[in-house]
Amino acid sequence: MAEIKSLKNPLAERQLTLFRAVIAGLGVVALTLVLVGRLLQLQVVDHDVYATRSDDNRMRVRIIAPARGLVYDRNGIVLAENLPTYQLEIVPEQVEDVEGTVTALAELIDIPDRDRERFYRRVDQEPGFRSIPLRTRLTPQEVATFEVNRQDFEGVEIHAALTRRYPLGRLAAHAVGYVGSLSETDVAALDPRRYRGTQRIGKVGVEAAHESLLHGDPGSKIIEANAQGRTLRDLQYQGPTAGENLFLTLDAKIQEAAVTALGQHDGAVVAVDPNNGDILALVSQPSFDPHLFVDGIDYVTYAGLNADPGRPLFNRALQGQYPPGSTVKPVMALAGLQAGVVTPRHREMCIGFFMLPDNERRYRDWKRRGHGLVDMHDAIAQSCDVYFYQLALDIGIDTIHDFLSGFGLGQALGVDLPGEKPGLLPSRDWKRATRNETWYPGETLNVGIGQGFMTTTPLQLAHMTAMVAVRGRGYRPRILAAKQLPGSEDVIEFEPTPVAPVHLNDPHYWDRIAESMEAVMHTAQGTATRSGADASYRIAGKSGTAQVTGLSQEDDEAPDLLDVPRELRDHALFVAYAPSDAPTIAVAVIAEHAGSGGRIAGPIARAVMDARLEPTP
Amino acid sequence: MSQNRPDQSGFQRWLLNWHIDAMLLGLIIMVLALGLFVLYSASGESSAAVSSQLKRITLGLVVMLALAQVNPDTFRAFAPWLYAFGLILLVLVLLLGDTAKGAQRWLDLGVIRFQPSELMKLAVPMVLAGFMHARTLPPKLRTIAAGSTLIVVPAALIMQQPDLGTALMIAISGGFVLYMAGLRWRFIGGLVLAGAAALPLLWSQMHGYQRERVLTFLNPARDPGGAGYHITQSKVAIGSGGLFGKGWLNGTQAQLDFLPESATDFIFAVYAEEVGLLGVLLLLVLYLAIVGRGLFISVKGQDSFQRLLAGSLSLVFFFYVFVNIGMVIGLLPVVGVPLPLISWGGTSMVSLLAGMGVLMSIHTHRRLLSS
Repeated sequence: MAEIKSLKNPLAERQLTLFRAVIAGLGVVALTLVLVGRLLQLQVVDHDVYATRSDDNRMRVRIIAPARGLVYDRNGIVLAENLPTYQLEIVPEQVEDVEGTVTALAELIDIPDRDRERFYRRVDQEPGFRSIPLRTRLTPQEVATFEVNRQDFEGVEIHAALTRRYPLGRLAAHAVGYVGSLSETDVAALDPRRYRGTQRIGKVGVEAAHESLLHGDPGSKIIEANAQGRTLRDLQYQGPTAGENLFLTLDAKIQEAAVTALGQHDGAVVAVDPNNGDILALVSQPSFDPHLFVDGIDYVTYAGLNADPGRPLFNRALQGQYPPGSTVKPVMALAGLQAGVVTPRHREMCIGFFMLPDNERRYRDWKRRGHGLVDMHDAIAQSCDVYFYQLALDIGIDTIHDFLSGFGLGQALGVDLPGEKPGLLPSRDWKRATRNETWYPGETLNVGIGQGFMTTTPLQLAHMTAMVAVRGRGYRPRILAAKQLPGSEDVIEFEPTPVAPVHLNDPHYWDRIAESMEAVMHTAQGTATRSGADASYRIAGKSGTAQVTGLSQEDDEAPDLLDVPRELRDHALFVAYAPSDAPTIAVAVIAEHAGSGGRIAGPIARAVMDARLEPTP
Repeated sequence: MSQNRPDQSGFQRWLLNWHIDAMLLGLIIMVLALGLFVLYSASGESSAAVSSQLKRITLGLVVMLALAQVNPDTFRAFAPWLYAFGLILLVLVLLLGDTAKGAQRWLDLGVIRFQPSELMKLAVPMVLAGFMHARTLPPKLRTIAAGSTLIVVPAALIMQQPDLGTALMIAISGGFVLYMAGLRWRFIGGLVLAGAAALPLLWSQMHGYQRERVLTFLNPARDPGGAGYHITQSKVAIGSGGLFGKGWLNGTQAQLDFLPESATDFIFAVYAEEVGLLGVLLLLVLYLAIVGRGLFISVKGQDSFQRLLAGSLSLVFFFYVFVNIGMVIGLLPVVGVPLPLISWGGTSMVSLLAGMGVLMSIHTHRRLLSS
């Protein structure tokens, strides 16, 4: 057997290899069927899955941010716009020697080190075909300089981008506001679909309050990109919808006049139209340059603004809560008439101070020698404190609270601007709830002359004055007058919102108070006769001088203004409306630590009213 | 008209005279032509890539036709010398070879750069077929042991380069000779078991990137951005091609660079994406026909050397096809095996066509006994 096997047997060997070849052939077919099975699975069964993934690979959605709506004043003067700015960009892939190019560019255009660092950092991080900004905000001269030499700089280009600009700058920064980079809080609060691609959002002022109108809706573009992310072609395009243009109630001319009139004083000016609540001017000083935030504020500048003792970022017009002082006397007088505790002819003897029964404390009048025998008219015109001590005492704090609430004091008015503060209109309930203390009659006296616990914002004072001007009717203050849809010529005006009117038992009381306020401006005894002089229209006004600190009431000697440190000096306030027979403007002015309301704040209010009422020369 | 028709028998005689197997040549030309179209697309419509591939094809066809002229007996006689020469080159490569892509595979002969491992793809099955030819079949244990040594030595040298894929292909080519020689099934079963047992040893010998490939094959999601990226993008390309494909030059996966190695090892994915399952089936049929023709030649071989060598060459050709496509469609781990006659570059084009030349030689040098 073994010998037979060791012999070569060609026929058997041939049979063997034939058999093996057939088996191999079957194996080949079987394995090929395995491949085919797998290909069937990939290309037929799971085709949809892979087709989708293939499309996901190549198609990218690029969001196109909408152009922000423009903001105009009531006369069509631009308050916020989008201006093209020019930036120098380099596509590293198209430049042979990036560093050499930057050096050469630096000889034509100033390139600060900070910009260079940022540029090189992005060059390292991003793909070479992407255009990377080297210098932003080129001046026209720089653009021209580059354009002349551009043939030497392949791969370097100037790109235009839209940036928010505020032509009035710091003049209207608190009213118009500004846009700034999205913060994490912003991102959490907003609709992610509308804000895909958006870099900046309104932070304060109108920009924040009417963000949803101004923003618009993003468009999108589906592009085909390769594995490196390079765009090859557009597959689909849907344009963005620009934001709506807004027309504000502000009047740039009045706003500027108010800023000029306030001058170097810290403080606020608010002017409203009593007939509809339109805010004509809203000034808070010191102010700031809104563009600082648009460009992205650096830490040092921001810390500086925050640390500034003048608090330039603080919007005094809405958030400053000041004692109203004597500016509250006209409505206090109305409260007395309405409550029936006095008649217009009722008189009080003013001897320069007032004392409660069984109490040694002297509540002083601003005029040490006293005003003598005064009726309501004299008390308002001369701002007699003693009269109002007695009046407040007679009315009672809770009735005062209820009546003055009708003029918007002690509550946020609901203006369409962010951050409005309510001020404080005290009452027995308030004191019990917040301090768990009973109310003392002396505290009522202080409220009677707009001091003590009572605080108001400049906006509230303007609103209160406006309501007096139009006999108790009133409108919620507003800054947005109308809007314009993108691409449309039509302007859609918003209706003013009336507030609950104040009804008096005898409407003639309004006339009594108006006459008294006119006397402030236009009679010899008035506290602001100089501010009312030479006006081509009649003004009704009221001065106020609010004490900042509790300078001792018992101190017989009224402190001389200049002996007191600035931060302890009185605030100068003034409220007024005009023309008194058909009012179209009501103003509230506060100049911090400026002293006498009649002397300092009165002329400021006059200048603001002139801007509205005097024909421009 | 009928007068102008070329004389069929004259043409056949001419083919026989030049030792050309018309069927094999026709199939090869068809696959090569398909390959050039795919390559044009896969290379991003680069005519440079196509023309360099054309040069390589020309060289391969010349080598094929040249080898076809050689008598199989001469191959058998020269096989040991060729094998010895190849072994020396492999040692030289390890000592002073050029490094490309982290592996030493190339030998710079001054005129041409050359991968000696490609030479062994022919030399190993040849020398083994010759060795078996002289012995009785099916082979005895001693014969098997001696034959295995002939396989293991070059394979081990190539693994040191390291080139796991080629080492595997060479071992397989020798294995197919043993299989055709009638290696008993229990030996084959034993070898499979031994191979399985040797896996841990193989694992310990593997380089980091090789292990990475295996791990990625076992779980492509393990590293979708890195090692698994190839296979994931490849499956997306093939799957998205569907039944009819996206059209020539329209395969987005390939054209937009999502598919790596699209002109070389992964060119099948480009093909499958652009022509779909129907085009793929056409290609598979062509490949099967080539393998079938090779096996037919093997069966018709006049002695053991011819039968074993032809069988091995055919099966190795199929093995290339299976391993490459299997890898690209995610059935097998990523090993650097090109798609025969289609993948761009490398010396595999020449060595595969050389193998086809040997097949033609075997088929066209038969002494016609029965006529």
